[in-house]
Amino acid sequence: MPLLREQDRRQLEEIFAAQLTDPVTLVLFTQHDSPLLIPAQECQTCRETRELLEEVAALSDKIRLEVKDFVRDAAEARQLGVHIIPATIFRGKNKGTLRYFGIPSGYEFSVLVQGIIDVSTGTTRLSAQTREQLAKLSVPVHIQVMVTPT
Amino acid sequence: MAIESEKVTADVIEVSEFPLIARRYDVFAVPKVVINDRISFEGALPEQLFLQKVLEAAAEGTGV
Repeated sequence: MPLLREQDRRQLEEIFAAQLTDPVTLVLFTQHDSPLLIPAQECQTCRETRELLEEVAALSDKIRLEVKDFVRDAAEARQLGVHIIPATIFRGKNKGTLRYFGIPSGYEFSVLVQGIIDVSTGTTRLSAQTREQLAKLSVPVHIQVMVTPT
Repeated sequence: MAIESEKVTADVIEVSEFPLIARRYDVFAVPKVVINDRISFEGALPEQLFLQKVLEAAAEGTGV
């Protein structure tokens, strides 16, 4: 059964058609479904996150989903700073790095949608002054936003 | 901010899935923002104040 309701699917399709300008790649680090269940290593939301991203990616030909395996592609995961899964990396016209750890569902689904739109257009609603200050940054800044889905 | 600057990495972390991270950063309320592991605050800040926190963290990073 799909995770997105038909009505939401249609609405999202319209939003993406109207607002996406450039291609976006979502890189998802997840784990293979295994018949062997190792409790301590089980990723509880990996399967659902993958299904959700597959459904979202199907709504626009500008969105591409790349699925990576956390174990098999460990070197790439390390290089991208992915140490927990599920991890979604947004690639488009963004200058910096944008990642989502966990399942972007509930209230956080809008973060996924807005993230896709932002990296597609490469623009933000930040003021000119803020953008100017950010452009002057000379050292790395790591911003972590802790959220819960409800 | 990560859209605008190559120096910025922005992570959203669903902490109910990662209790160790919630514990590491003492997350008792969300949203909680942590910048460069040093500066943190709870709740949403207006853009200007958020930027100030980012600049503060960056200044500490350079030892200024």
